[in-house]
Amino acid sequence: MPRPELQAPPEIFYNDVEARKYTTSSRIVEIQARISERALELLNLPNDGVPRLLLDIGCGSGLSGETMSEHGHHWIGYDISPSMLNVALDREVDGDLLLADMGQGLGLRPGVIDGAISISAVQWLCYADKSSHEPRMRLKAFFGSLYRCLARGARAVLQLYAENMDQSAMILTSAMRAGFGGGVVVDYPHSSKAKKAYIVLTCGPPSTQSWLPKGKGEDGEMCTDSDEGSDDEDQTVGMYDRNRPRKKMKVNKKGKGREWVLKKKDQMRKKGNVVPPDTKYTARKRKTRF
Amino acid sequence: MRLLTHNMLSSNVKGVVNGFPLRLEASTWVEKEVDFNADFLRSMFSKIDWPALFGAAQTVGYVALPESADASMLESEDFLKKFHHALLEIHVEEGALVCPETGRRFPINKGIPNMLLNEDEV
Repeated sequence: MPRPELQAPPEIFYNDVEARKYTTSSRIVEIQARISERALELLNLPNDGVPRLLLDIGCGSGLSGETMSEHGHHWIGYDISPSMLNVALDREVDGDLLLADMGQGLGLRPGVIDGAISISAVQWLCYADKSSHEPRMRLKAFFGSLYRCLARGARAVLQLYAENMDQSAMILTSAMRAGFGGGVVVDYPHSSKAKKAYIVLTCGPPSTQSWLPKGKGEDGEMCTDSDEGSDDEDQTVGMYDRNRPRKKMKVNKKGKGREWVLKKKDQMRKKGNVVPPDTKYTARKRKTRF
Repeated sequence: MRLLTHNMLSSNVKGVVNGFPLRLEASTWVEKEVDFNADFLRSMFSKIDWPALFGAAQTVGYVALPESADASMLESEDFLKKFHHALLEIHVEEGALVCPETGRRFPINKGIPNMLLNEDEV
């Protein structure tokens, strides 16, 4: 499927039909929930049970907001597509919604937000959809306003699908210029399907708080659809199949020997297979000239 | 839009120095019950601009809030209840937000403020 970014501006692309499609597809809903769960985990909010005020940039129909609500947080969602926001209204999401363009800046008071997540949205800033659009300026306005509105030490986790390396470099550079510290966390880097890149940004000067978490599946753990959603405990004990020591085969100098052959034939017989009878010729040693 | 969000938003129009608080014009609003959490209120209190919240609450007809508040009042259950109601339970459905400096109106439809700027305002 071609990238939606190349087809139309977001407010046009996500029309009523597309917005409805997006939210009724159980596959997208599941993936979105999983990504936002992970983004919330990367946000590393203090685990004290106090609800926080978070931002969801590019909230769309509120799929990722739902995850935040489940964790008890209050959130403010930004989106540029009225159709998506209408779906969110129908779904009666708990957060507040704003129709706004992140490339124009967020327009929030300084230091009031405890964290921000954004699921598959920021890459839209790299495309100039109108003659007045200048991607670099829009990224600057976005990251500048994000930096201002976040509280000191707060984090922003932006999951995105960059089209190429240049794009992700451009996004990361603008974030660093705005004053953020941090970097990219890639989950399942070896899987083309499950691979997800998260930009984890910390507001304020670098400190012990701004360590970068490790991506899932980085040690070459296998990732299948079933264990993708498993939690960290499983992954620390997970072992790559190839590194597992092989079961030692019982081989002596003479090879496997008559005993071994008789045992195997017996096993086969028990399984009900047709096995030639044991005779004096069974597993006899051949002459060397053969 | 809740008053919490109103309290966070400021005008984003180009050249505006002090775009806060946006003047709230509300024609319809509803009240929805939200779970009470005192910890959240206590942590939010320092971030809330009280005069703006007080003014906005007056606009939507909620007059129980005191005109000024300080951190010592957070001990009182009664105060927290009022704070909670004003901050989280009043949803402005239709109306507008007006930039205090330029007078630019941001309409609110179905509870969603339209904060999109025109090209010349960026």
